Amino acid sequence: MDARVRVGENLNQALHGLLGDDPGVYVLGEDLLDPYGGAFKITRGLSTRFPDRVLTTPLSEGAIVGAASGLALAGEKAIVEMMFGDFAGLAFDQIVNFAAKSVSMYGRRVPMPLVIRCPSGGNRGYGPTHSQNLQKHFIGVPGLSLFEMSPFHDNRAVLDRMLALEEPCLLFEDKVLYTRRMYEVDELFSWDLVEDVAVVRFDGDLDYALIAPGGVAHRAIAAMRTLLLSHDLAGALLVPSRLYPFDPAAVLPLLGQVGLVCVAEDGSAGGTWGSHLAADLHTRLWGSLRRPIRLVSSADSVIPTAAHLERDVVLQDSTICRAVLEALDG
Amino acid sequence: MNRLADEDLALLLLIRSFERKLLALFERGELNGTTHTCLGQEYVPVSLRPLLRDGDWVFSNHRGHGHYLARFEDPEGLLAEIMGRKGAVCDGVGGSQHLHRDRYLSTGVQGQSLPVATGVALHLKRREPGGLACVYIGDGTWGEGAVYEALNMAQLWRLPLLVVVEHNGIAQSTPTELQMAGTIAGRAAAFGIEHTRVTSLDISEIRRHLAPLVETVRGGAPLVVEFATHRLGPHSKGDDTRPPDVVRSDWYAAYQAEHPDQSARLEAAARARVDAIAEEVAARPPAAWTPAAGSPAGWMPA
Repeated sequence: MDARVRVGENLNQALHGLLGDDPGVYVLGEDLLDPYGGAFKITRGLSTRFPDRVLTTPLSEGAIVGAASGLALAGEKAIVEMMFGDFAGLAFDQIVNFAAKSVSMYGRRVPMPLVIRCPSGGNRGYGPTHSQNLQKHFIGVPGLSLFEMSPFHDNRAVLDRMLALEEPCLLFEDKVLYTRRMYEVDELFSWDLVEDVAVVRFDGDLDYALIAPGGVAHRAIAAMRTLLLSHDLAGALLVPSRLYPFDPAAVLPLLGQVGLVCVAEDGSAGGTWGSHLAADLHTRLWGSLRRPIRLVSSADSVIPTAAHLERDVVLQDSTICRAVLEALDG
Repeated sequence: MNRLADEDLALLLLIRSFERKLLALFERGELNGTTHTCLGQEYVPVSLRPLLRDGDWVFSNHRGHGHYLARFEDPEGLLAEIMGRKGAVCDGVGGSQHLHRDRYLSTGVQGQSLPVATGVALHLKRREPGGLACVYIGDGTWGEGAVYEALNMAQLWRLPLLVVVEHNGIAQSTPTELQMAGTIAGRAAAFGIEHTRVTSLDISEIRRHLAPLVETVRGGAPLVVEFATHRLGPHSKGDDTRPPDVVRSDWYAAYQAEHPDQSARLEAAARARVDAIAEEVAARPPAAWTPAAGSPAGWMPA
């Protein structure tokens, strides 16, 4: 594990490797060609090496996903880059009503190896339509899986896993994460993988556990540092690679022994991945929970552009910290 | 009208008898859900039948029974699908509007299949040159943005995409003049895509006209073929609000008048065949299918 590599480079290398290893893989999206290499440079170099299979497209998110589905249907594998995850709304019909349904609506299973990459999240000053986390809108769709990029999950392994599922997958990629380093954690904590879930923890008895998607990992770790140093509270952070469907069985023993379980996520509050997960965990952990599972997310609000306003709306490490303290005090 | 080979007329009348049978079964309460019949439009897929190859893909829509029967001549599997009986093409899950078999696929959302066909055409161009993706759409489908996104891509990438428009002048209950500005020809021209309009009801003439054009599609030139056609029946069932005096040209009425003996003979055979199939399929056990149970909580069998 090369700890110096940035998450965005790891993803770029994963795509290079995948296209090199599998001649059936296509990458489609807007502004992918070199020297531009995609709005966030994740596809840099791909079009030079694989000009036949890295296709820059018109601004047509619906048709991009539709064409990618057609490739998958015909036996290829397709990876779509949404320039901004917010634009997945333009492809909602193709994702939900065609790609996902096609897996099962024709009676027998139709393989649809298709990945839709969604650069997501705020803290970059891009404003209301270029900063969202749209996970909640895609949860609970039969035949559709949701993954999120994390600094603890090698992107090549994640891409391979998604394609092997042979059903459409959304990969949410926090834009701030692109420039962070892989596998890097605060020296106060260590981390390990428990099946699909990266567990970052204090070595000792735990007061609380956080569950968060990969994009929130660094904010959660910053909160854990403050909670440990300023409040003497020890915690663990659980980061699943696959958000939905998510089977928490492997981490239930850990969750069952802490005083508080808190789900932290970056989307706007209300009808979220976290609320779905919390409902599931309440059922599974009933009897061992010491208090209700705490949810913390971004505000039920559009995401403002001005930095100081955006900061007030989007989930921060301080928000997570406060949520844990309130819940443990309550 | 030119005399048809028995094989062609038998297929046309199989489709017509099949659709009539569906409406009759609905009236008797023996079918569930909804259906959209292609009465009056049967000649469109039958005309194209010899122009398409087994390796070509066909994408159909909500009004797709004729497309399916012209491709596979499988009234048993289709009726079983619509009735939810054993032997259904898609185990009774897809029903009338969602069929998939080999390289044939239909979906129930307007315009959805065009981008998908574009992706398939991209695959064909690279891996199986000479193959094409044929998409059936209606005049109403041209209200969907997906159509334009796909046409743009197909022309930009010079893909073997054949768009067959069954322009029957009515989108469900809305006449074309209330839902379409300009023309289909004009819209195709905007993308530099070839367009041809077919007004003939004579299958031999239609095939002669289209055969060389379809060959150009195989070379990577998208094509829009617009059939000026007529929907004789309701949109689905019992929902035809058009005044009775609206002109509805029926290819079969014209053909029957000129070739009465052949028509009578083959129509009787088609009706008898479909009657027998309906009886046999209705007696089959229900189709079996189990949803893939994922991990999400909350589901339990009924």
